[in-house]
Amino acid sequence: MEFRFTEDQLTFHASLRKALEKECTVAHLRALWATETGRSPERWAKLAELGLLGLLVPGEHGGLGMNEVDLVLLLEETGRVALPEPVIETAAVGAPLLAATKLAEEWLPKVAVGEAIVTFGHPLNPFVTDAHVADLLLLPHGDELHAVPRVQVALQHEPCSDASRRLFRVNWTPKAATRVAQGTDAQRLLAAALDRAALACAAQQLGIGQQMLDLGVRYATERQQFGKPIGSFQAVKHLLANVAVRIEFARPVVYRAAFSVAHETAARAVDVSHAKVAASEAAVLAAKTVHQVHGAMGYTWECDLHIWMKRAWALEAAWGTSAWHRARVAAAVIDGRGPAATFGYSAPGA
Amino acid sequence: MDLTYTAEEQAFRQEVRAWLEAHVPKTPLKSFDTRAGFQQHREWERSLNTGRWSAVNWPVEYGGRGVTLLQWLIFEEEYYRAGAPGRVNQNGIFLLGPTLMEFGTPEQKARYLPRMASGEEVWAQGWSEPNAGSDMAAIRATARKDGDHYVINGQKTWCSRGAFADWLFGIFRTDPNSERHHGLTFILVPLDAPGVTVRPIAQLDGETGFAEVFFDDARVPVENRLGPENQGWKVAMATAGFERGLMLRSPARYQNTARKLVEFYRAHADTADPCLRDAVARAWLNAESYTLNTYWTVSRLMSGGSIGAEASLNKIFWSELDLHMHETALALLGPRAELTRAAPDAGNIGDWLDGFLFALAGPIYAGTNEIQRNVIAERLLKLPKG
Repeated sequence: MEFRFTEDQLTFHASLRKALEKECTVAHLRALWATETGRSPERWAKLAELGLLGLLVPGEHGGLGMNEVDLVLLLEETGRVALPEPVIETAAVGAPLLAATKLAEEWLPKVAVGEAIVTFGHPLNPFVTDAHVADLLLLPHGDELHAVPRVQVALQHEPCSDASRRLFRVNWTPKAATRVAQGTDAQRLLAAALDRAALACAAQQLGIGQQMLDLGVRYATERQQFGKPIGSFQAVKHLLANVAVRIEFARPVVYRAAFSVAHETAARAVDVSHAKVAASEAAVLAAKTVHQVHGAMGYTWECDLHIWMKRAWALEAAWGTSAWHRARVAAAVIDGRGPAATFGYSAPGA
Repeated sequence: MDLTYTAEEQAFRQEVRAWLEAHVPKTPLKSFDTRAGFQQHREWERSLNTGRWSAVNWPVEYGGRGVTLLQWLIFEEEYYRAGAPGRVNQNGIFLLGPTLMEFGTPEQKARYLPRMASGEEVWAQGWSEPNAGSDMAAIRATARKDGDHYVINGQKTWCSRGAFADWLFGIFRTDPNSERHHGLTFILVPLDAPGVTVRPIAQLDGETGFAEVFFDDARVPVENRLGPENQGWKVAMATAGFERGLMLRSPARYQNTARKLVEFYRAHADTADPCLRDAVARAWLNAESYTLNTYWTVSRLMSGGSIGAEASLNKIFWSELDLHMHETALALLGPRAELTRAAPDAGNIGDWLDGFLFALAGPIYAGTNEIQRNVIAERLLKLPKG
């Protein structure tokens, strides 16, 4: 038993963090809001170069052949900088899903080098993110899974509160030629994709929550009222301390879920739901709290805080709300439908 | 990252499990906050010590097994799973023991640790005073050096286990001209010394879980001092770190409560308010979060890390988790929640009610959660001091 990251993983994490802070500044984020796609092809190429996009792509298809434990810290950093590009859909979900299909050889080398963007739809969510820039859409239809080139779909744009998000309703017609799996195979792939997406969201929520906490601490240290920094007041201290508690206790939950996904453990679904609930709740609490700490300044468009607040709300609702994931845990733990085990313990009768 | 147990860890678990199955008392002991229960628990500590399970993570030379922190977690999981009695000497074994190992002389370690491990000497803590609770540096009880003795005067209060314990550890003002956390000394006091008066205080459940202790020219030898004179604050802070951090509250306690809560909900699912299902799921998840955080910390400590102000995060989390779980259980009981053990319809209500009352103390003892939030804000988040 060793619940920690390796030196290599931590080094990769540190270098990606440095690169993202340079590649994904607030000024650039704001500049992209007004553009037609809202996306930066240059940054996407850079993400590929850094190894992020091909991290889960097997070595024989030009990727790094690593797993979700290697990926989780990196996704956390993409949350910290509020990266708008679809790394969850392409790198965390699309790549491993394609790897399990006949399309692996054709598409994965392109994913790894940043030449293909993949996005993904799920029965839990009527909207598909980044469909406008995707080359390939992985879409469920009944008990089938299809891989559809963008030229074969019609998109209806659904504007979002988070100006970086790009959501679409996708209209398309299933054909035999686009079907990549059906029956239990398709269900298995969709279940794995949902768990990977929820894990990736949870990792980003950790980074988002941490970023907001840092912003709140900085503001409370600088902003003076009654002749003192507001962070010296106990009422403000306690608000921020509560956020720190929730984030620190979500952290190992997310990392354990990454292990469970990487090793396909029996309790994977429950562990992922736990991660999504813990990280989303921490990020949403951070949003509410740090907004309060900022006073009226936090209510302005000019203040950067809303970049992360809106992302936190968006991800709370994406890939299963916290309520949906808690219900999935309850079904396993209370009703005994599915394994729910922890170190040395397990749910009664599970 | 490897979240599977090694063969050695699994073998250790089996060894613990087998021993506990053979030795845990079949009928529950009385509360250790009663005189008779205290005696029963002292005997249980002795029994544990015969198997060298009393202080399992202590080094072998002090009576432990020198196991890793991870094995200690495994031990605790098995201990709660087996339904073994609460630890009457936890003040000694989990708080003073590690402090003695860090600051004690070889003579002190030899004198105190074995008798602590065997339950022969049960320890009370003497932190708070009537005017020094959360403001612990406001301590006024004095210890004046007189030859080879300290002469102690003043009062301590809220001394857990104080009503029936043998010894008390605490800090006393040895420099009369000092202020705040300077000029304090950590001293070990036998509660049967002349000049020491113990007055039990009934707590919320009616039992005497704590006491106030009065010192009237009580004399203790200078060799009862732990650490240097006037450096008691540093020693006490180390003890408080153990208290808030890992040792006092292993996750097994909460895993076990969460498990019982799930069983309890299942038994009442037909009549329970549907919103309590979500509360039960939350309780189970948070107990899991606490477990994972502990394993995460233990892995860090085992590879050379240390724990500091992070202990305050821990203390807030376990105390609020415990209270939430017991509130959920009482909500499940509905109108029966107000019954005591003695009521004909009580069933196992008494356990939940006792647990609830004990949980209510959690956000207060070991440093109130408000103090912990200040520590987090100032030491972890680096917010300016007030």
